Amino acid sequence: MDSVVQLQRQLVDYRAQLFNEGFLDEQFNQLQQLQDESNPDFVVEVVTLFFEDSERLLDELAKALEQQSVDYRKIDAHVHQLKGSSSSIGAQRVQKVCIGFRNFCEERNIEGCQKCLQQVKHEYSLVKTKLETLFKLEQKILAAGGSIPLPM
Amino acid sequence: MESCNCIEPQWPAEELLMKYQYISDFFIALAYFSIPLELIYFVKKSAVFPYRWVLVQFGAFIVLCGATHLINLWTFGMHSRTVAVVMTTAKVLTAAVSCATALMLVHIIPDLLSVKTRELFLKNKAAELDREMGLIRTQEETGRHVRMLTHEIRSTLDRHTILKTTLVELGRTLALEECALWMPTRTGLELQLSYTLRQQNPVGYTVPIQLPVINQVFSSNRAMKISPNSPVARLRPLSGKYMPGEVVAVRVPLLHLSNFQINDWPELSTRRYALMVLMLPSDSARQWHVHELELVEVVADQVAVALSHAAILEESMRARDLLMEQNVALDHARREAETAVRARNDFLAVMNHEMRTPMHAVIALSSLLQETELTPEQRLMVETILRSSNLLATLINDVLDLSRLEDGSLQLDLGSFDLHAVFREVLNLIKPIASVKKLPVTLNLAPDLPEYAIGDEKRLMQTILNVIGNAVKFSKEGSISITAFVAKSESLRDSRAPDFFPVPSDNHFYLRVQVKDAGQGINPPDIPKLFTKFAHTQTLATKNSRGSGLGLAICKRFVNLMEGHIWIESEGLGKGCMAIFIVKLGIPENTSESKNPFLPKANHGQTTFPGLKVLVLDDNGVSRMVTKELLVHLGCDVTTASSRDECLHVVSQDHKVVCMDVGMPDGFEAAVRLHEKFTKRHERPLIVALTGNTDKVTKENCMRVGMDGVILKPVSVDKMRSVLSELLEHRVLFEAM
Repeated sequence: MDSVVQLQRQLVDYRAQLFNEGFLDEQFNQLQQLQDESNPDFVVEVVTLFFEDSERLLDELAKALEQQSVDYRKIDAHVHQLKGSSSSIGAQRVQKVCIGFRNFCEERNIEGCQKCLQQVKHEYSLVKTKLETLFKLEQKILAAGGSIPLPM
Repeated sequence: MESCNCIEPQWPAEELLMKYQYISDFFIALAYFSIPLELIYFVKKSAVFPYRWVLVQFGAFIVLCGATHLINLWTFGMHSRTVAVVMTTAKVLTAAVSCATALMLVHIIPDLLSVKTRELFLKNKAAELDREMGLIRTQEETGRHVRMLTHEIRSTLDRHTILKTTLVELGRTLALEECALWMPTRTGLELQLSYTLRQQNPVGYTVPIQLPVINQVFSSNRAMKISPNSPVARLRPLSGKYMPGEVVAVRVPLLHLSNFQINDWPELSTRRYALMVLMLPSDSARQWHVHELELVEVVADQVAVALSHAAILEESMRARDLLMEQNVALDHARREAETAVRARNDFLAVMNHEMRTPMHAVIALSSLLQETELTPEQRLMVETILRSSNLLATLINDVLDLSRLEDGSLQLDLGSFDLHAVFREVLNLIKPIASVKKLPVTLNLAPDLPEYAIGDEKRLMQTILNVIGNAVKFSKEGSISITAFVAKSESLRDSRAPDFFPVPSDNHFYLRVQVKDAGQGINPPDIPKLFTKFAHTQTLATKNSRGSGLGLAICKRFVNLMEGHIWIESEGLGKGCMAIFIVKLGIPENTSESKNPFLPKANHGQTTFPGLKVLVLDDNGVSRMVTKELLVHLGCDVTTASSRDECLHVVSQDHKVVCMDVGMPDGFEAAVRLHEKFTKRHERPLIVALTGNTDKVTKENCMRVGMDGVILKPVSVDKMRSVLSELLEHRVLFEAM
């Protein structure tokens, strides 16, 4: 039992940290609220979908920026998608970078775009790691027989 | 000789004498018989003859006389007794009739004579009537002339035409030789020859106004004969052989506009006159008749009226031109003002963003800096930077707020809040400064002051803080007391606030707050200036008159928005002052509602929508999944589509709502297609757009393609719930952006 309580506290602290550092925002809480008995794995499903989607988009973006003649409109569309997805799950930092990315797209600034792409990739991998850690913690709690504390 | 029965004449008849008698008697008889015949004949011819009986008598008389003479013819020779008898009878009858006639004639002849006198009388009467008729005709002619003249004169409103026409028409009507008009000059000391009939260009000939003849004419309103030798009548060079015709002069009153402003007709003393001089043709021996003089007088009056009309018209046209000019100028000024306001608003909108960004950076970074390790000196510097930038931020906010207040575009954020807590908060904020200055601050909240109220918490606090802050700022000693209570209707009406008409009602109350301090006080005449922007009171004692001078102006605006009134009372410099304001706040309906800061609408919304068929259209997998889960959580039956075609394929009449992300390329197009597919309004599902864009363009586009609502992403469960309930209730929702 102690370990469960400890794990729960760890989870809560970790979650709080993610929020404080700006990796996640209120939208993530909303997602957690949607999760209930009828749909117990909702958050995991959504986040997994997000990961798949984002990876695909990032590949597309890399490819598009390597072209001879860069199609900014396509890039903009991809970034828009990424921005939408990240805001839907509350990945705040990714979303912020996407906004900057779009500005560079509008200005047709190739260096800016490339820099943003690197930034997005970086932020994405960060948030992915964090979320995976979070889910592992949740699994551990469930395995130990406890329940996941709801966000406050 | 035997005696015969025949009667013999007395003496022997002489043959010749007898013959002549015989002939004469014959002719007499003839005449006597023919006269009645003639009489009868002529009387029959004449229509009226009153004396028929007389005629008969006379006829009888004549016939009998004729008969007598006729019978006399037989008596010249030997005649029988019968003849004598007949003769005698005839004679007797004749005698009777002639006596009768003679008697009758006595009666008749006076009558006949009087007929003659009557005839004479009638003839005289007829002659008199003829004369009078002639007179009337002349008068009527004159009248006609006057009417025609008046008509001519009054048919124009141009002054010159009026005068010229007058002279021309008068000249024609009266067959004048010369007609002239003398107008008074500006100085009023002379008369100047302004118009003449014959001479085309009158020389600027003047005569002094004080001549006796002129005075005489001006003193009466009749046309007067004047001497042809007087200066006003000497218009043509006199040649010897001319015997100048008679001259008449009449005054023409010149009425001024100002004369018509008083109710009764203007006094004579203030009048100016012009002089009209009319000359009959020389050598014509014509004289001025009375009716002609009357004509001239009437014309002169008409001219006066016509001239005044012309003057009024000129005046009104001038006024109208002036007004038009003023209008144009005002319009121009208004447009300039509008441009200025627009420019200012644009400027403010830009500065809003531009100013806040660096401010934000400065404040954020300085506060961050404060958290790091600093030397005491550095700390002091950073604290000063922070304080100053906070002040600057407040100033910027104030200026922007004020401009929004002035435009009327500021609206209160109404909400339920803890009233007591507001006062406590303000007290907490002010206590540090007050204690540094050693000013005790006391707060008195009336027991009947409601705990919770509905109003704009932030701005109310701002107002209270400002007022109390001023009290603290301008006090060096003494205490500051704050009282707050519910204002009853008697205390609401204050003589110092004459145009404040509070209307108490059931779900509102008036909060009255009084802040009294014993500080510098204010000169009573300066009090109104306090509430005007940027105006400082010129008190020598204050060296630290910080503040932009905006604070109270903003407070006043806030208080006005809250349908209240704010004022300051002070007895003078050094006697402290008291700031009082009254604002209208709402009373919350029940305490449970007051605890959550949402607007009361949340009560009558649905919490779940069981079985509501919703279609979600979004090309982003993650968003789609999240939106779907949101709706499922609210109990809806959700179908998803990831493209426009799929959406149109799947959508049916059962779907009540379609949520579509308009960030996708053909989001708007999908809405249009949906409208085409469902032509009847009640079959069509409600279309709601989800977007992350906050700009007006997106909203306008949504409205243009016929969306029923727009929601801003990110959407929370509560937001989706309230949106759906609002949408289903009213069938439209447009979230204010």
